[in-house]
Amino acid sequence: MTFGSAKDKEVVKAFWTKLAPKADDVGADALSRMLAVYPQTKTYFAHWKDLSPGSAPVKKHGKTVMGGVADAVGKIDDLTAGLLDLSELHAFTLRVDPANFKILSHNILVVLAIVFPNEFTPEVHVALDKFLGALSRALAEKYR
Amino acid sequence: MVKWTEEERCTIRDVWEKVDIDEIGPQVLTRQNIISFKRHTLATFGDIFTNTSILNNPKVAHRGKVVLRSIDKAVRNMDRIQETHAALSRLHYEGVDPDNFKLLGDCITITIACKLKEALNPQVQAVWQKFLCAVVETSKIRCQKYVGNNKP
Repeated sequence: MTFGSAKDKEVVKAFWTKLAPKADDVGADALSRMLAVYPQTKTYFAHWKDLSPGSAPVKKHGKTVMGGVADAVGKIDDLTAGLLDLSELHAFTLRVDPANFKILSHNILVVLAIVFPNEFTPEVHVALDKFLGALSRALAEKYR
Repeated sequence: MVKWTEEERCTIRDVWEKVDIDEIGPQVLTRQNIISFKRHTLATFGDIFTNTSILNNPKVAHRGKVVLRSIDKAVRNMDRIQETHAALSRLHYEGVDPDNFKLLGDCITITIACKLKEALNPQVQAVWQKFLCAVVETSKIRCQKYVGNNKP
């Protein structure tokens, strides 16, 4: 999966250096919002004791998710190859409907708008939207 | 018809009173046009083929204000959104791909998030999303009702 232009990659990597120190909090907040705003996504986490915003399982999993995003930033030149293992995990073990990748991506963008209101310009927004879209498509690679 | 609790009505009004239509409207449409690749549907705006031209396009900015004024009507008439937006629904049916409504809704949320910051917490975002879905559904109603029937 090729993603964007050289400029798009530059924008994503530059923004990631600002995001990285707050990645865990961003992940926890994005996941909290996904569960609160799109309650159908709770089905994948029925085994957690507490799905409320900011709960311990939500924080832990938010950190895991952003670890995956960080990995993807490092493999931005070939997301399909780079995310093969994660794609298999989501397709065969977790069995997440890929439609949900878009929902989580939207909530990551909402959190970035809140945490970085001045830096999250329309140009940064479109580059990140394209990146998260490409990441989602790479994650869906092994589904069929 | 969507049912609202008193708390939800207050939440939506609280969010909306923080939104300056003249400030936020242009930002919403700018983001939507930059994000969307369906630019052929907006040829009437003139040059919208680069990010720079979109950012500086007065017609895009004006349309943003028009869109938020219609949202304002929906906020003031939460129990009658379908009726309030009937004429608007017909207008969209005759020229707008309904897939664009969802993207517009997402851009509205993200632009408001830049403005409200932590005030748009998960619970507030959930109520706001319920409201946006209600508005989007009424905009699509005419499209669904007449597809395949060729009726005006």
